[in-house]
Amino acid sequence: MKAFETYLLDRAKKDGAHRLDEYKKLGGYKALEKVLKTGLTPGAVIDEMKKSNLRGRGGAGFPTGMKWSFMPDPAKDPRPRYLAINADESEPGTCKDRVLMERDPHGLVEGSLIAAYAIRAQAVYIYVRGEYRKSHDRVRDAVLEARAAKLVGKNILGSDFSCEVFMHKGAGAYICGEETGLMESLEGKRGHPRPKPPFPAMSGLWGKPTTVNNVETVFNAPFIIERGGAWLAGIGTKGSSGNFLCGISGHVNKPGVYELPFGVTAQEIVEEKAGGIWKGRGLKAWFPGGSSCALLTGKDIDVVLDHDSLKARGSSLGTAAMIMIDDQTSMARVMEIIARFYDHESCGQCSQCREGTQWLSQIFHRIAAGKGQPDDVDTLDALAKGMAPGKTICALSDAAAIPTLSAIKLFREELMTCVREKRDPLAVKQPEYAVVGAH
Amino acid sequence: MALSALLVREFDELVKNYPERRAALILALHRCQETDGWISPETMENLGTYFALEPVEVYGVASFYPMFRLRPVGKHVVSICHNISCDLRGAQDVIAQVCKLTGAPLHGTSKDGKWTVETVECAGACANAPMFDLDGVYHEDLDADKVAKILGGVK
Repeated sequence: MKAFETYLLDRAKKDGAHRLDEYKKLGGYKALEKVLKTGLTPGAVIDEMKKSNLRGRGGAGFPTGMKWSFMPDPAKDPRPRYLAINADESEPGTCKDRVLMERDPHGLVEGSLIAAYAIRAQAVYIYVRGEYRKSHDRVRDAVLEARAAKLVGKNILGSDFSCEVFMHKGAGAYICGEETGLMESLEGKRGHPRPKPPFPAMSGLWGKPTTVNNVETVFNAPFIIERGGAWLAGIGTKGSSGNFLCGISGHVNKPGVYELPFGVTAQEIVEEKAGGIWKGRGLKAWFPGGSSCALLTGKDIDVVLDHDSLKARGSSLGTAAMIMIDDQTSMARVMEIIARFYDHESCGQCSQCREGTQWLSQIFHRIAAGKGQPDDVDTLDALAKGMAPGKTICALSDAAAIPTLSAIKLFREELMTCVREKRDPLAVKQPEYAVVGAH
Repeated sequence: MALSALLVREFDELVKNYPERRAALILALHRCQETDGWISPETMENLGTYFALEPVEVYGVASFYPMFRLRPVGKHVVSICHNISCDLRGAQDVIAQVCKLTGAPLHGTSKDGKWTVETVECAGACANAPMFDLDGVYHEDLDADKVAKILGGVK
């Protein structure tokens, strides 16, 4: 791996950087000051973001500057408008935003304020998943400190920019990480995604113009403002700019959250950061960006980590959460867990998803238990193709279908062997315990 | 029993953060659960009154979110992640050990009422798997010794 400049985790690695005084000592709130005191217009901030080519880090990879520019012109549309920060990090394998919130929460607050300024939002709602109590409390305390220092609230730093920042909590539902599900949840309802259009920029929270951004996405904004869009655009590859946080988990020696520039290969990450596959074993399969991506095999470990390169291999970057699976692991077992997860998390609005995720889960479960039927693998294939693409209100159905189709493509023979032999040859004997009721 | 005056005062402040009062419902449910350990039918009625919603609408929200417990639980709750990154690093062993040490069946409560044990989907601790959440605090990089020590230290 070539040497590279870091910036995302520099403060997070220092103790005490979560406090305002320390954050300021490390250069914090300089970018916000630059925006408010040098007369940068909201349009100029958006232009800088566009120049940087920053793409959202929440999974979809949408260009951030473009997303911000979708917000209507306040001269023509004077309705209140909002920024919602998606800190509902729940994609299996993904644990990166938590590091930023726990260790460098002011970075999120400053980034949110710059985003709010650019889209002219009066209020920011930071939606933190309910389980992340420490993240929530750290960001809440940062907001309190910032408010006391006149960095949040009325006339920030003496400018005519006023913006409130409010904390909000989820309560364990994966679907609330989907931006319209998140908005429903923020309004105090079941997290049922909304059909699009209308898009959030026109009709979001309480029917008002809204932008939803991931934590790591807005965390980049202060660096872009301070160092310039061209600086970020100069890091990475064509189509994927900057550094990103890669959470690597599963069968590696040193799982962790690492900062890397786009353009490194998966192999470099596994070997130079994660200490290689554990127990001296080989790599059988891996998810490059959370469990909603297509599986790849060990042969694809040479792939460059960026949006286009992973797409070319038939998968996607997602949240850059690499889940590594060694060569002694049963793929029937892996898919049983993945399918169970989507079944558990489907909101139930769309029949393809509600029924489809349940069927996928039941079928993978019986294949893994050695009770598969001869046509089960074909049934999985037909079901998954009936669930996606684009057949439902949101992408959860796709998120269940994509790994399923990849597992069938790459591991059909292994799944068929479980069916034929009426047992999973790679199954590990699991410990026993009593269970009551259904979850 | 109605909502305590303390909670009402807190909710009165919370609703000011939103253009519509109802937006504070999920935060209010969290606070009630922190106070009572679970969301009882009575709590749902009280919150319905406070937010001007039918109790069934409060139930609709509370039942949608896995973190809200609609049944009473033990004094301590162990929530063990059993999603993929944790499963790959021994989550099943953690579940078995926790059930054994606490005497609680999975998704149940021990006879002495001290422990409830449950599984949860990905808790975002994937790089430090396996993990559980004990009474709202994450414990990560678990192994048998660590689990025994943590549970043994709970009064």
